Amino acid sequence: MSSDAAAAAASRHATAAPAHQFDTPAQQRETASLGMWVFLVTELMFFGGLFLVYIVYRYAYPRAFALGSHELDIVLGTTNTVVLIASSLTMALAVRSAQIGRRRPLVVCLVLTMILGSVFLGIKAYEYHHKYVERLVPGPDFRFPGEEHARIFFSLYFAMTGLHALHMIIGIGVLAVMLVMGARGRFGPQYHNPIECSGLYWHFVDIVWIFLFPLLYLVGRHV
Amino acid sequence: MKTQSDGAHVVPVRVYLAVFAALMVLTAVTTAAAFHDLGPLNNVVALGVATLKATLVVLFFMHARYGTRLTPLVITAGLFWLLILIALSLTDYLTRGWLGVPGR
Repeated sequence: MSSDAAAAAASRHATAAPAHQFDTPAQQRETASLGMWVFLVTELMFFGGLFLVYIVYRYAYPRAFALGSHELDIVLGTTNTVVLIASSLTMALAVRSAQIGRRRPLVVCLVLTMILGSVFLGIKAYEYHHKYVERLVPGPDFRFPGEEHARIFFSLYFAMTGLHALHMIIGIGVLAVMLVMGARGRFGPQYHNPIECSGLYWHFVDIVWIFLFPLLYLVGRHV
Repeated sequence: MKTQSDGAHVVPVRVYLAVFAALMVLTAVTTAAAFHDLGPLNNVVALGVATLKATLVVLFFMHARYGTRLTPLVITAGLFWLLILIALSLTDYLTRGWLGVPGR
């Protein structure tokens, strides 16, 4: 394989040549997404620890969890679920646009994904503020008459949704980079690993919320 | 289903839209179910629907259906490890009250 400067430059712009350690573009793509999946498994274990804490404490204090959950705003929680799943749809469409090399839909879908992600964070911030005003943030001012262990529920609520929100913020940052790369025409049918991996990350964060939503907002709804 | 020269599957838009619609319906189902007292079934419905939704996202949005078998293998290994974490921890926490312990 004689690679000259022109070919090297071209390979940086969404054409055929894979990096020299790979035989084919397909191998390169599979390697990248495998690496991303392994990273996501470490993320799964990271969040898994918090879910384990949730299970143990909910088993110990079921009433505190039900009453605490009742204080969360079901309308805002459900809205955020819809917003986040919609952002996953636009993310999937962005990756698809990159795969078929359509720059304009790619840019539009990425911008939509970032807007929906920001809407999610905005609603979350509003909820946090509301909880602060209601003195439901664990700390010296925490008040929950009649069920002191609700403090544990709210500690977990802030730890889990806070960690999730942090992932969203990082995801939006990653998407900003993808937006610049995409707008410059760096992705096409032969090369779209970065946006594929960014998509995997975004969908993973969506999945974490898919579990957080029923565990935090829905457990005490019928009480 | 088109396959690109690098082997990447381009999923039709209508598949993504159908998955999105299914996720919306499941969100409505789980939210509606939460308002009814189903006893222990509340947990089963909540976690069952969440697992179903996550599976749809993994299979379609995350393309686990379309890649090599290595991806499902990695996912299964990760979930198995999570199962070990949870199951073995719960053998401790859930059974502490089962036997009389002197001094308690």
